[in-house]
Amino acid sequence: MLQDLFGKVKKRAAVEGKKKTSDMDVPQNLLFQCPKCRAVMLMDEFEENGKVCRKCGHHARLTAWERVRLTADPGSFRELDGSLMACDPIGFEDYPRKLENTRRATGLLDAVVTGICSIQGSPCVIGVMDSRFMMASMGSAAGERITRAFETALEKGLPIVFFTASGGARMQEGMLSLMQMAKTAGAAKRHSDAGLLYVTVLTDPTTGGVTASFASLGDIILAEPGALIGFAGRRVIEGTIKQKLPEDFQSAEFLRSHGFVDEIVSRGELRHALGHLLALHRGGERR
Amino acid sequence: MTTWDRIELIRSKNRPTIRDYIPLLFDGFVELHGDRLYGDDPAILGGIARYRGTPVTVIGQVKGRNLEENKRANFAMPHPEGYRKALRLMRQAEKFRRPVILFIDTPGAFCDMESEERGQGEAIARCLYEMMTLKTPILSIVLGEGGSGGALALGVCDQLAMMENAVYSVISPRGCASILWKDPSREKEAAEMLRITAQDLLELGIAETIIPEPETHADPAGMARAIDDYLSQTISNYLKIPIDKLLQNRYDKFRKIGQFLE
Repeated sequence: MLQDLFGKVKKRAAVEGKKKTSDMDVPQNLLFQCPKCRAVMLMDEFEENGKVCRKCGHHARLTAWERVRLTADPGSFRELDGSLMACDPIGFEDYPRKLENTRRATGLLDAVVTGICSIQGSPCVIGVMDSRFMMASMGSAAGERITRAFETALEKGLPIVFFTASGGARMQEGMLSLMQMAKTAGAAKRHSDAGLLYVTVLTDPTTGGVTASFASLGDIILAEPGALIGFAGRRVIEGTIKQKLPEDFQSAEFLRSHGFVDEIVSRGELRHALGHLLALHRGGERR
Repeated sequence: MTTWDRIELIRSKNRPTIRDYIPLLFDGFVELHGDRLYGDDPAILGGIARYRGTPVTVIGQVKGRNLEENKRANFAMPHPEGYRKALRLMRQAEKFRRPVILFIDTPGAFCDMESEERGQGEAIARCLYEMMTLKTPILSIVLGEGGSGGALALGVCDQLAMMENAVYSVISPRGCASILWKDPSREKEAAEMLRITAQDLLELGIAETIIPEPETHADPAGMARAIDDYLSQTISNYLKIPIDKLLQNRYDKFRKIGQFLE
């Protein structure tokens, strides 16, 4: 039904006070409507384009596995620590049920997938956060997976590429979550001190305790166009300053103009850009 | 005493601040200003002094003792330049092999437009990153409020001590209640659930020490004596540990924090 097809988009349109007019009768999930420019395209076409709107270039969020497929050389990815998952360490209301439901809905055990792969022939460790999993908040399990990814890269003398996305530290694990910031930043430091490359790709949305830890510590920091990147949440800032923020505030473009991002790379170019950067750090053997 | 009772206590006007403690604990304190990049943040105070004869670097967030002081120090909520000043002074301490003593006392890093423009997240991240391998002992003491990442930026240390009534939390109980129940007035319940007291943090393996407070905290000299007792037993021990071992222990201390299934 049409109502189901555009249910999510419609809700948003209503909030923004805009009316959407579309009367096509098509089965669910066959069409995609861009939430930004409202252009309608075939879902297949949209997915083939890496979930980037062909009309306006809007980058929709990817799942962790979609990102791995778009980035790693075919067949090269081997997952690390795939069975590591969160528990309920401080007895936080509703947390076990929330974990259970999220796992069922996403097929993931936690918010981060890590592994070893190659990108355009260059071996590396890769980490990807998935915003569908409790907004990719970082608790003990995510922190442990991230830390181990850095440690594995260090042990094997490999560069590491991290696709970040997060709402911040996971409040449901209390202070244990906050400490994952120190743990991951420390692991990134050790990896760096060994002279190894760390590339961060900031994706939508990267905020809070992840911005304030390993996400901001890459030797090279890339970002996808239009990604929301910041420390504090928009509403928190608006509450502090008692005024509305400009539309482009905390966008990837905003961060680049303020000196916190090396380059903005569109999704279609990303694999090549990463391959190139990794190759540039491979000590001349390609000459 | 409930967690909420402690929060009310540490937020009360007569709670001693870093400005009370410095003259009571240290000799010849010299304040050093500025991050050499943008400005000087009055929400973080730093400098050098002697502690029982040993030169040390002292840094901490500045809670005001009255409204005027609070306004000047932005209610102890630092901008990025505050964290960058702190890191500059820590690197200086490393150069001269001075132990670093950090006093944590903040509701959190400030959340305004300018802090975002100047990279609040990067400033905090850089502190965590550099402190993990800073080649000199680091001791952090939570005096009252330890508010999330803005507190942790001064909390990557060899030993974390909590004043008996201090709290240290990933999110303010009010923020937690707003998100969880859409009802900020349930902050007292959230405070209990988040496990943020000194005793909680000891049990979670995050803090190593609780510094007992005298009968009333409105006694800066008594509070300073308690901190002095702790520091006098601690600093000299850390100065004896070879740097490599110190850094390995520091990494391991954070490395093992977390609970998960596998």
